[in-house]
Amino acid sequence: MSYLLSATCAVPAAGAVLTAALPAGTTEARRRTTKTVALAVSVLTLGLAAAVAASFEPGGARYQLTESHSWIRSFGISFSLGADGIGTALVLLTAVLVPLVMLAGWHDATGPVSGSAAGSVPEGSFESKRRTQAFFALILAVEAMVLVSFLATDVFVFYVFFEAMLIPMYFLIGGFGDRAGGPDSDRQRSYAAVKFLLYNLLGGLVMLAAVIGLYVVAADQGQATFSLTALTDAISSGKLVIDPNAQRALFLGFFFAFAVKAPMWPLHTWLPNAMGESTAGTAVLITAVVDKVGTFAMLRFCLGLFPDASKTFAPVIMVLALVGIVYGALVAIGQKDIKRLVAYASISHFGFIILGVFAMTSQGQSGATLYMVNHGISTAAWMLVAGFLISRRGSRLIADYGGVQKVAPVLAGTFLIGGLATLSLPGMAPFVSEFLVLVGTFSRYPAIGVVATFGIVLAALYALLLYQRTMTGPVKAGVEGVKDLKARELAVVAPLVALTLLLGVYPKPLTDMVNPAVNDTLSQVHRTDPAPAHPVAATNGGEQK
Amino acid sequence: MNPANYLYLAALLFTIGASGVLLRRNAIVLFMCVELMLNASNLALVTFSRMHGNLDGQILAFFTMVVAAAEVVVGLAIIVSIFRTRHSASVDDSNLMKL
Amino acid sequence: MNSLIPLLVAAPLAGAALLLLGGRALDRFGHWIATALAALSFAFGLALFADMLGRDAEHRAVTEQLYSWIPVDGFQADVAFQLDQLSITFVLLITGVGTLIHLYSVGYMAHDERRRRFFAYLNLFLAAMLVLVLADNYLLLYVGWEGVGLASFLLIGFWQHKPSAATAAKKAFIVNRVGDMGLSIAIMLMFVEFGSFAFQPVFATAGDASEGKLTAIGLMLLLAACGKSAQVPLQSWLGDAMEGPTPVSALIHAATMVTAGVYLIVRSGAIFNLAPDAQTAVVVVGAVTLLFGAVVGCAKDDIKKALAGSTMSQIGYMIMAAGLGPIGYAFAIMHLVTHGFFKAGMFLGAGSVMHGMNDEVNMRHYGGLRKYMPVTFATFGLGYLAIIGFPGLSGFFSKDKIIEAAFAKGGTEGWILGLCALLGAAVTAFYMTRVMVLTFFGEKRWQPDAEGNDPHPHESPKSMTVPMVVLAFGSVFAGGLFVYGNSFLHWLEPVTGHAEGDSPLSPWTVTGLATACMLAGAALAWQMYGRSPVPVKPPVGSLLTRAARRDLLQDDFNHAVLVRPGTALAATLVWFDSRGLDGFVNGLAAAIGGISARLRRIQTGYVRTYALSMFGGTLVLVASTLLMRSV
Repeated sequence: MSYLLSATCAVPAAGAVLTAALPAGTTEARRRTTKTVALAVSVLTLGLAAAVAASFEPGGARYQLTESHSWIRSFGISFSLGADGIGTALVLLTAVLVPLVMLAGWHDATGPVSGSAAGSVPEGSFESKRRTQAFFALILAVEAMVLVSFLATDVFVFYVFFEAMLIPMYFLIGGFGDRAGGPDSDRQRSYAAVKFLLYNLLGGLVMLAAVIGLYVVAADQGQATFSLTALTDAISSGKLVIDPNAQRALFLGFFFAFAVKAPMWPLHTWLPNAMGESTAGTAVLITAVVDKVGTFAMLRFCLGLFPDASKTFAPVIMVLALVGIVYGALVAIGQKDIKRLVAYASISHFGFIILGVFAMTSQGQSGATLYMVNHGISTAAWMLVAGFLISRRGSRLIADYGGVQKVAPVLAGTFLIGGLATLSLPGMAPFVSEFLVLVGTFSRYPAIGVVATFGIVLAALYALLLYQRTMTGPVKAGVEGVKDLKARELAVVAPLVALTLLLGVYPKPLTDMVNPAVNDTLSQVHRTDPAPAHPVAATNGGEQK
Repeated sequence: MNPANYLYLAALLFTIGASGVLLRRNAIVLFMCVELMLNASNLALVTFSRMHGNLDGQILAFFTMVVAAAEVVVGLAIIVSIFRTRHSASVDDSNLMKL
Repeated sequence: MNSLIPLLVAAPLAGAALLLLGGRALDRFGHWIATALAALSFAFGLALFADMLGRDAEHRAVTEQLYSWIPVDGFQADVAFQLDQLSITFVLLITGVGTLIHLYSVGYMAHDERRRRFFAYLNLFLAAMLVLVLADNYLLLYVGWEGVGLASFLLIGFWQHKPSAATAAKKAFIVNRVGDMGLSIAIMLMFVEFGSFAFQPVFATAGDASEGKLTAIGLMLLLAACGKSAQVPLQSWLGDAMEGPTPVSALIHAATMVTAGVYLIVRSGAIFNLAPDAQTAVVVVGAVTLLFGAVVGCAKDDIKKALAGSTMSQIGYMIMAAGLGPIGYAFAIMHLVTHGFFKAGMFLGAGSVMHGMNDEVNMRHYGGLRKYMPVTFATFGLGYLAIIGFPGLSGFFSKDKIIEAAFAKGGTEGWILGLCALLGAAVTAFYMTRVMVLTFFGEKRWQPDAEGNDPHPHESPKSMTVPMVVLAFGSVFAGGLFVYGNSFLHWLEPVTGHAEGDSPLSPWTVTGLATACMLAGAALAWQMYGRSPVPVKPPVGSLLTRAARRDLLQDDFNHAVLVRPGTALAATLVWFDSRGLDGFVNGLAAAIGGISARLRRIQTGYVRTYALSMFGGTLVLVASTLLMRSV
C-alpha cells in the first residue's frame, strides 16, 4: 500500500495546524514567517500532487495508488483513498491554484481588519494578532479537505469532508473581505457567509439522509459497506439491486447537495454574494476549487451509484443546466459589480459542466472534466487580476473604472486574456472543453446543444463589455493612480496564463489522463456514444466497419 | 385496613402539592409543595410495596428521599442567593433568561 | 519541403510572442523584426509555391500532420495543415500583402508610442489567418477563424482611449461571434453526421448524407461567412471597424480577413454542391450585399467608410460567385485576389491622404490633392480604375467573369443575378468616381483641424509609397495574368472543380454591358461632383441618401430589435434574480425567523406555566399509555 495519497492530503492539514500555531504578532516579520511557512506547505503539496500525477498510469486500473485504513469497522467505513484520472486532474488543479491564491492574497489579511469599518476590531486584540495565521491556516485546511474529497473512495469519508470544508470556508468568507464593499460591507459579508453556510448545510443534510439510506439499502442485501468501489461493483454485477423508486430518491438526495455546491440554477444565489464579498483569492477558492467538488461528485457518485436514476433525470437536469447557461450569462451582462459579474459568468460555466456530465457521451464527460480544470485556471486568472484592480482603486463597481489600460497596460492586458479565456477563445484551454461539451451534448440532444451555443455569444458580450467599460476609453477620475502589476502579482498571473495557453494548444496529457475514467463512468451507466449517421471510412479510431 | 386508602391519601397530597406549584409564587412555598409531591409519591411507593409484597417500592422511596435531600440543598441555596441579590422570593421576578 | 508549412505560421506567431513579451527593450526596432518575419513567411510561401509548381496538378495538394490536438474517444481533432492550390493562393496573398502593409505601417505608425504592440498584433493576425487557410479540418480552421477575429478586435480597438474605437472593436467581435456560432454548429452537425470534421473525409462522404442535413450545414457555414465577411444581415460591424488604424483597414478589413467567408464557402464546395437550397441562400446574400454595400458607399463622406461600403459590396460579388457553384468558385477567388490588390492599395492611399491632411477623413474637406500627393494620386487612381472595371485592368477581368457566371446560372435566376451584378457595377463606378473626384480633383475645401492647424498636404515617406506602388502594379496586371490562357482557372480547378454555365448572352455582350454600366455610373458621378462645386456641409439629401448615411438603418434595426430588448431582458433577469429567486430564499429565511419569533412567545419565563405544561404533558402521556393498553 502506498501512502502517497494520504501524504498529499495530510501535508496541507498538518500545515494548517502548524500555521495556526505559529507565534502570533502584528509585526511584519512575524507575518512574513507565517506566510512563508504556509506558502512552502502549499508548494510541497503541489510537489506531492505532481508525484501523484506522475505515478498515475492512464492505461492502468480505474483507481490507482489506493490505500485503505479501517475507521468505523461496524459500519463498514474505512478511510480509503484512490486516484482516478478525473480526480487526479482536479487534485492537480487544486494544488496549482492554492499557492497562487496565497500569493495573490499576500496582504489580504494584514491591513485593518475591515477597511470600511476600520477599527471595529481593535489593533492588538487576539483577533487582529492571529489574523494572518488564521487566513493562511484556513486556506490550507480547505485545500486538505478538498483533496480528500477528490480522492475519497468511501462514500462516508467523502461526505464528511464534503461537509467539513464548509467550516473553514465560512470563516474565510465571513472574516476576510476585499475592503471595497461600501459602508455596510461587514453586514453584507456576514450575510454572505451565513447564506453560504445555510445553503450548503441544507444540501449536505439532504445528502446525509441519502447516504444513510444508501447504507440501509445496501446492508439489506448483504453489502454493508460505504466503499464506493465495492458498491459500484455490486451494482454493475447485479449483486446490489436498488428498487427504482428508492434509487430515484437517493439520487435526488445526492444530487441536491452537489447541485447546491456546484451551484446549478436555481440553487445558485449564494454564489454571487459569497464571491462578491470575500477577497478575490477566497472567491477563486470557492468557484475554482470548492465548487468543483460538486460537479466532480455528480460524475463520480451520482452516475456511478445510481446509473438508472441518472438516466431518468438527465433530460430534466440538462434543461436546468441550459437555463443556467443562458440565465447566468444574461444576468452577468446586467451586473454593476465586477466580482458579481465573474460569479454569474461562473454560474453560466457550471451549466456547461453539468451539461457535459449528463449528456453521457465520452466527448461530453471528458469535456466536462477538462472544463472543471480549465474553468478553474481561467477564472482564477480573470478574478485575481480583477482583485488586484479592485484593491488598487478600492471599489468593485464597474462604473468607477475606465481607461485603466492607459495607466496599467500589463494589468489591462492580463485582464483581457482572462476575459478571452472566459469567452472560450480557440487556442485557449476553455475552448477545448467547451467545444467538447457542446459536441457531446449536441450528438445526443441537438436542440439543447444549439441553444447552449448561444452561450458563446453571450459570453463574448459580458467579457468584452466588462473589458470595454473598465479598461478602455478616457482615464476616469480616481483611476489615474492605479499602478501596474507588481512582480508578485505577475508571478501569480503568469503561470495561469501560460497554463491556459498550453492546455489550449496541447491538452493531450490531460485528455489521456481523463479518458479512461470517463469511459469507465459511461460503462457504469451503460451508455455508448451515438454513432454518426454516415461514418467516414475507418480513419477514425472509434468506429471500424 | 384497605391499602387503597393510603393511595387516596397519596393522590390527595400530590394534588395539593401540584396545585401549590402551579398557583403560588413564593419560591419557598413552591419548594415545600414540591417536597409534598415527592412525599406523596413516596407514600404511594411504600403502599405498592406493601400491596405487592416485595421491597422494590421501599427501595425506590429511599432513592427519592436521597434525591429530595440533595435537591433541597441545591435548591435552597439558589433561592437564598436569589433572595439576597434581588430581595424577593417571588419566582416571577427571576426572568432574566427571558428575552 | 512540407516541413516549411508549419514554419509559415510559426514565423509571425513567434514575432507576436516576442514583441508582446519582449517589453520596452524592443520598442526601437521591434517593428523591423515583425516586418522581417512577415517577409520570411512570404519567402516560405514562395518556396512552397515554387515546389508546388514543380509537381503535376494531381499531386500538388499535400498535408502535414503535426500532432493530435484533442484526442477523445470518437473525436479526432488534429493540428494538421493542408496546402493545396487554394490555400497557397491565400498564403501568398496574405503574406505578400501582409508584408507590404507591415512596411507601410513602419512609416504610418512612426509616431505612435505603442507601435511595438501594433506590430505584435499584425503578426498575430498573419499567424491566425494562415492557420485559417492552412487548416485541414474545420476545428483548426475555427481556431484561425476566431484568431483573426481576436486580431481584428485588438487592432480595431488599437486606440483604446477613444470610446468609439473600443465600442467598434467590441461590436466587431460580438457580431463575428454570432457568425462563429454558425460555424460551431456546422462542425457539430458534421460530427454527428460523419463522425469527423476533417476536409477530406467529410467531402468524400458528403454524398451519403441527406440533402436536408447538408442544407443545414451549408446554411450554418453561410452564417459564419456572413459574420466574417460582413454580409447582410451581419454586416453592421465593418463600417465601425474603420476606427482602426488605416493599415489595419487595408490588410484585415479589405484584403484578407473579411474575405475568409468566401474561402470558407469555396472550400466547402463539396457540401454546397449537394445542397442547392443552401447555394440559393448564398447567392441571395451575395446579391443583396453587393447592392447594399454599394448604396452605403455612395452616401458616406468619410473616405474610409465609403471604401468599407465598397469592400462589403465587392465581397458580395465574391459570395454571389461562390454561391453559383462550380461555375463561380474560381472566379470568386480570382476577384478576391485582385480585390486584395486594388482595395488594399486604395486603403493605403486613403491612409496616405489622411497622413498628409492631419488625420482628416471627411472627403468634403479634401479636394485638389492630386498636385500635392502625386504618388498617392497615381496609385489610388490605378486602384480606382481597377475596381470600376476599366478595360484591361485587373478588376475588369475578374468582375466580368463573375457577371458572366451570374448570367450563366441560367433561367430567371440567372437574369436577376446578372442584372444585379450589372447594376452593382454601375453603382460601383458611381461611388468610386465620387471618392476620386472629391479627394483629388476640384477646388480645395481644406479645413483646419480641431487644434486650428491648417493642413499642409505632402507626399508620404518612401516606406509608405513603395507598398502602394507595388499594390498598384498588382491592381493593373494581376487580372490580365490570371485570365491569360485561363491560367488561374486551371490552377484552382483540381480543388474547386469547374463547370461552364449556359449563358443566354455571349461573353462580349456581357463585357460590353458591364463597360457601358461602368461608364454611365462614372459619368453620372462626374456630372454631380466634378462639374459643380461640392458643398463642405453635406446637403440634406433624399430619404435614401439619409438612410444610406446611417448604413441603411442597420444599426437602428439592430438596436431596436436586439440591443434594447436584450438589455431589458438582462435587467429583468437581474431584478428577478435578486427579488425573485433570492427573494424566495430570503423570504424562506424570513418566514422561519418569523415563526421562531412567534414560538418564542410561549416561553413566558413563569415557572408555573412550565409546570402546568409539564403537568399537562404528563397527563397526555399517561392517558395515551392507558388508552393504548386498553385497546
